[in-house]
This record gives sequence, C-alpha cells and structure tokens, in this order.
Amino acid sequence: MAEEKYSKRAFLSSQIDLSKFNASDFEKASDEEKRQQDVMGESSTFFRDGMRKLRRNPLAMASIVVLIILIAIAVIAPHICPYSYQTIITVNGRRDKSATNLGPMEYSQLETQYMEDSGKKLFPHLFGTDSMGRDYFIRVVYGTRVSLMVGIVAAVMVLIIGLIYGSIAGYFGGTVDLIMMRIVDVIYSLPDMLIIILLSVVLQQTLTPLIQGTGLAKLGVNMISMFIVFALLYWVGMARLIRGQILQIKNNEYVLAAKSIGTSNGRILRTHIIPNCLSIIIITTALQIPSAIFTESFLSFIGLGVNIPLTSLGSLANDARGAMQTYPLRLVIPAVVISLIVLAFNLLGDGLRDAFDTKLN
Amino acid sequence: MAEEKNLVEVSHLKQYFPVSSGFHKVPLKAVDDVSFAIKPGETLGLVGESGCGKTTVGRSLLRLYEPTAGRIVFDGDVLFDSGESYDEKGNVILDEKGKPLIKNPVKKNMLPYRKKMQMVFQDPYSSLDPLMTVEDIIGEPLDVHHLYKNKAERREKILSLMETVGLNAEHAMRYAHEFSGGQRQRIGIARALAVNPKFIVCDEPVSALDVSIQAQVINMFEELQDKLGLAYLFIAHDLLVVHHISDRIAVMYLGHLMEIADADELNDNPIHPYTLSLLSAVPIPDPKTARESHRIVLEGDVPSPLKMPKGCPFRTRCAYATEECAMHRPPLTDRGNGHMVACFNK
Repeated sequence: MAEEKYSKRAFLSSQIDLSKFNASDFEKASDEEKRQQDVMGESSTFFRDGMRKLRRNPLAMASIVVLIILIAIAVIAPHICPYSYQTIITVNGRRDKSATNLGPMEYSQLETQYMEDSGKKLFPHLFGTDSMGRDYFIRVVYGTRVSLMVGIVAAVMVLIIGLIYGSIAGYFGGTVDLIMMRIVDVIYSLPDMLIIILLSVVLQQTLTPLIQGTGLAKLGVNMISMFIVFALLYWVGMARLIRGQILQIKNNEYVLAAKSIGTSNGRILRTHIIPNCLSIIIITTALQIPSAIFTESFLSFIGLGVNIPLTSLGSLANDARGAMQTYPLRLVIPAVVISLIVLAFNLLGDGLRDAFDTKLN
Repeated sequence: MAEEKNLVEVSHLKQYFPVSSGFHKVPLKAVDDVSFAIKPGETLGLVGESGCGKTTVGRSLLRLYEPTAGRIVFDGDVLFDSGESYDEKGNVILDEKGKPLIKNPVKKNMLPYRKKMQMVFQDPYSSLDPLMTVEDIIGEPLDVHHLYKNKAERREKILSLMETVGLNAEHAMRYAHEFSGGQRQRIGIARALAVNPKFIVCDEPVSALDVSIQAQVINMFEELQDKLGLAYLFIAHDLLVVHHISDRIAVMYLGHLMEIADADELNDNPIHPYTLSLLSAVPIPDPKTARESHRIVLEGDVPSPLKMPKGCPFRTRCAYATEECAMHRPPLTDRGNGHMVACFNK
C-alpha cells in the first residue's frame, strides 16, 4: 500500500501535525479493538473503596501493624514466658529474695548460681523485676491486656447503647426525640469523674458479695464499676452523633421509598439507615477506645482501677512513681505502652475517617 | 354498561403540617380540601407550580403522611376516613358544640395495600439506597411481601422486572451510583412494579432528567400502562409532559384544586384564570408563534401557605377577582363534560 503523505504542519499552526501519522492510524477500529474499550469498570462498593483508601494511608497502616504486634504480644507472651504476674520469682521452689529491683535482662544471684549448677538457661527478665521480685515484663503484658480489654469492651458497650438509643430518638423524632435528648443532656452535664469515684465506692459494697466466687471476682469490683460507669455515662456522645446522622439520612427519599413499599420501621432502620451511617459509627468507636483506655489508666493511677494483684498500665505507672528517680524505666515502660496504644487507635480512627467519611471525599 | 368504578377516590383531603412560630404552632396547609377520582387504567395529571402541594397530595394519598382530614378509597376499600361529613355546599357538618361531627373514622393497616399502590420518586439520585445493589433494591418489595418461594424465583422475578424496564441482566449486581439518571429512574420504576400494583403515584418522575431521557421514560410509562393496565397519578410541573401522558389533568394552586378536565379539553379550552396563565407560560418551540402569542404574567408572588388569603386562594393575583372571591371559596363546579372549575367569575 502506497504510503499517503500528509503535509507538514505550518509553523505556529494550531492544527494537529499530521506528518507524524500514517493512513493506518486512521483505520476504523476492528470489532475486537472495540470490545477492548468496553471493559466495564469493576463494580466498586462503598466499603471496598474505603478499604483501598485506608490501605494507601501509611500512618493508618502503621498503627494497624503496631496494634497487631501489641495484641499478639498480649495474647502470646503469657504462654511463652514462664513467670506469673502475681508471684515472686522462685528458683527451685525457693523464693528468690535477691530478685528484687533487677534491671532489664539481669539475673539475680540465686538464678545465676542455679544456671551455673544445672547448666540450663533461664528465661531472661526482659524489663527486669519490680520491688517485690516479680517479673516486670509479664506485668506490663498483663497491664496491656487489661487496658486493651477495658478499651474495647467499653467502646463496644458505648456503641451498643448509643446505637440503640440514638437510632430510636433520631428515627422516631418529634416528642420521643425531644424527651430522649433531654435525658442525654442531663447525663451529659454530670461530672463523669465524680460519678465514677462515687459509683465505685457504692458498688464496692454492693457488688463484692454478689460476685464472690465467680469469674468476675478476679476482675475486681473496681473494674466492673468502671464498665458500669462507661455504660451509664459515655454512650451519650455516641447517641447524639448517631441521632444526628439518622436525622440526616431518614430525610432521603430512599427511606420514604422503603415506607411506600411497606417496609417495617425496624427493617428500614436495619437495612437502610444504620448501614448508611456505619462509617461514622466505625470511626467513632475506633476513637472511643483510646479515650476509654485513658480513663482506665487515669483511674488506676489514682487507685480506683483494677484490684491488686492484677495490674493495668495505669496502676503500674502509679506503683513506679515512688521510685521514679532510682528506677525510671518502670515508669517509662507502661507510659510508652499507653502512648503507643492510644496513638495507634487515634491514628487508625483518623485514617478510617479519611477513608470512609463521605463528606470528606 | 354503567360507568366504570373508580379505582382511587380522594375526597376533602387535608394535610396540615404543624410549623412552630415562636411559642405556638401554626398549621401549614399544604393540601386543603382536595377531591378527585381516578379510574382503572387512567392517568390523572396533576400540575401546579413548586410548593403548591402536588407532592404532598401524592404522599398523603399513599398515607406516607397521615392526612389531617379527608377520605381515601381504593378499589372500594376505605383506607382512611377522618369521619367528617359534608353538606351539599361542601361545608363540614358541625355538631351542637360547633365541632366537626365525626362518624366512624377509619384507619386501615396499609401493608396489604402497599402491594397495590406504589410510588415512583422525583429524584433518582436520592431515592435509591447507595449501599444496595440493583438486585436488592428491586428485591426489597418482594422480600417485604414474601412474594417468592426460593432464591432462584426471587432472582428470576428481579431479572424479568429489569427486562421490563429495559435494564440488562448484568446490571443486577451493580450499585445505584454506577448508573445514569435515566437508568436510575428505571430502577425506581422496576421497584414500584415489583409488587404488581394497580396504581402508581408518579411524583415528578421526569423532572430531574434531561429532555431526551424524559421522552424515553415517559414512553416507557405509557407502554407499561398499556401492558399492565396501570392507573397513574402523574405529578409534574411541565404542562407539555403532562398533556402528553394524561387522560385528565388537575391544576393545583396553593393546596387547592382549581380546575380538572380532560387533557385536550383543558389544553384547548382552559377556563380558570390560573390555568390560562400556566398555559401561556408553556414555551412554544417555534419562535414565530412564540413572538405572536401573549403571555399572561401574574403579578406578585405566591402567598405563604401559612397566611392563606381568605376566600379564593388565587384572588390576590387574579385579574378577575371580585369582592365575592374574598368572601367565599369558590367550589368546583361542573361546566359540562366533567370539566370542573373553581371560579366565580369565569
């Protein structure tokens, strides 16, 4: 085929420079080529979109990694480490009095002697021991467990109560909403620290005989009263938020459409309204966890937290306060772990918000 | 044969919304004393400017809002009756204490009737749940009314509905935001058709679409009507569209019906001054005729429905208004052939 010549484009002409092309460039597309063009974009859901955005956020991904590592240590470490958080280190069945206040990775005299005699190697005290001769690493691990559990349980409780309360108030609106929100206002205006302290004093007396002998006793009355306080006080923020979301969503025509179909109120809430405010719910729950952990640490620090000998990061920090100048590591370690957990949850919450909040997109 | 029975009958429908002004609540009369009837397979067009209560009529009719007063009859069953009775002049009969006499009010459970009366919404963007696939959106009415025995039957029904409205089967697993406005409206129509209704309220179903898509959707409404024998209450503010699709047209102004007539009759021989001005505002797609035609421009604004003028609601802007208009509300009177007009002077 004779190559067709296109004249060169004139200088400063705004026409396309045709000399770069030849006739074959202008042939009609074959059917196969046409088909290549109608590759349909993969059906992308709101959730998948959000996950993709989350994966691209390095801070959020780093905090997920940190949290996974912390949780893995909290779960696995007690199975590997031979020491217990509540017993003083013993060597060959004898209490090791020389094992108090050891530095990280140090062994006591008895332990060194035992290792020399038997030739076996003992598990090292990664963070040393405390003033009573207990392994500090395992205590920090248990403290992390407690703090994480408080954070997650409290957040879930807040979520459940807030979600139910907020969605009822928001969906039914009118007088129901008015009354329910005034109750929220009253609870909101209570000073929470005062209530926590008062409640734990009152509950201490009523709960102690009740939980004796059950698994809850190990958790301690203070811990349970803390959960009760979270359940009583901290849901209000969540309830307000969810109510606001629902007020917004229920005015969408798809809710009216569902009504015109004959969908029941419960089903409308379940299938249309709550899924549509799920992103906000996930984000707020993620941000609720660090605030619960903070409160728990604070309460433990002032001595209202978990019962001895169980420990939490806050009470570890409190115990270490006395010997802050001599053994600063004992204060630094729990403080760093608290900061890591809180920071990771906060960054993750922010990442979730960036990824899922439709208003930011 | 005697005249065909009405499928839908609405009489003295009132829908007030409480609006708080300071300390006390004032009723906003969105719909005030509206009566009409629709026969099986018929299309009644409802026109009027924005905010005149067209949409509210549609929603109250389906009892998506609880009507303040009135009576709604569907297929011989009374769905709602506030129980007031009226004399020949259309005034409420009062009891000794001066309160409306209430007899046997009715409030039927709407669930069984949701299968027979459906609605297509104005905004195809907000009327579909963004988190649901097309299959679930169309399947929802089937789920609610338990209209299938197993998953396969559900899917089969959904696919046949999608075919009816001109969607491809491969669209079933997609989300609403992946479709164009026209396609979304088709999904909305398929959802309304899923329960096999006899009557559909079409609430401005085409006003959010562009003109070429409007034509497609309107034609589809007509085809569906022929095929399935549906009756429509077709709400719109575009007179041309309404004239094209409707058998009869009702004109609303500020919550009141001004005129009802056959579509052609209303177009050729409008009587009410408001209808005249509405018709004169319809754009004419021919510059020559448009230049020669005379447009009636109404003075002033629509009064607030919170401060409804006494008597005829249109009198504040009407060129023919007399003292009588300020005293009494003109009732709808028959001017022959079912052409009903609410005006004293025309």
